[in-house]
Amino acid sequence: MDMTDVRNARPDTARGRRMSGIGRVLVAVYGVLALAALGRSFVQIAAKFDEAPLAYSLSALAAVVYVVATIALVRPGRVWYRIAWATIVFEFTGVIVIGTLSIVYPQLFPHDTVWSWFGRGYLFIPLVLPLLGMWWLAKHRPVDDAAPSAPSSTSGTGPGADAA
Amino acid sequence: MIEWFTWVQVGVAVAAGVLCLASGFAGRVPSDLTNGALALVEVLLIVQLVVAILAPAFGNEPTGSPLEFYTYLVGALLLPPAAIFWSLLERSRWSTVVLGVAALAVAVMVYRMLQIWTVQQA
Repeated sequence: MDMTDVRNARPDTARGRRMSGIGRVLVAVYGVLALAALGRSFVQIAAKFDEAPLAYSLSALAAVVYVVATIALVRPGRVWYRIAWATIVFEFTGVIVIGTLSIVYPQLFPHDTVWSWFGRGYLFIPLVLPLLGMWWLAKHRPVDDAAPSAPSSTSGTGPGADAA
Repeated sequence: MIEWFTWVQVGVAVAAGVLCLASGFAGRVPSDLTNGALALVEVLLIVQLVVAILAPAFGNEPTGSPLEFYTYLVGALLLPPAAIFWSLLERSRWSTVVLGVAALAVAVMVYRMLQIWTVQQA
């Protein structure tokens, strides 16, 4: 069958393919958040940048980092793995620092950013997602990085294993 | 924007989202039913786009920013095709969950669009 051939042609170890299985849900939520941040930032900059240049520049930066993080989670290899770590740590730092500042010094951020009040405007997804992302990355090191003894319950059976 | 139609649309998107999440967590791979639910969500978004373009000509103007409204609408239009495309690439239970996430995101975005059109302040 064609189906089987396609599956066999894939690098089908579970580790190394970060976007397989439940990781796809993580990437999907990241993608939605990236889209939301990008859309909001586009509107802010296009329509009212002068009102709060600092907050809106920060929004744009955050949006770009979310997009890069989404791409880095999907791409295989060691370099993208490092980029994924860097962007996710940046996001987590951002949501903690800006979230705290927006509560302690609300006058600094008269306009909402993605990170104000720890991402309240986005159901706290910006706070929770980096934690899940870091956990996911720690569990899925790139193949050439991982010790050969690393246990891998699903390796060898490919994407179908997640369907069971 | 037609208010009752928008509420129907939010309802359909939420129902599609819950259906796909339940189906995914129950271990089902994407099916004609779950992909079809997302296709229905997409069709309603296209209808919404047509309505939004025509409505101002009939005196139904947005109270909020049209730019913000259309940013949400274009963003929402991208989600179901992306989720369906992805579910065809890897047929696992988690792809069904992704379909559900996309549908729920569309529901939230359509609700925001309704707020922008009808009651936005500033």
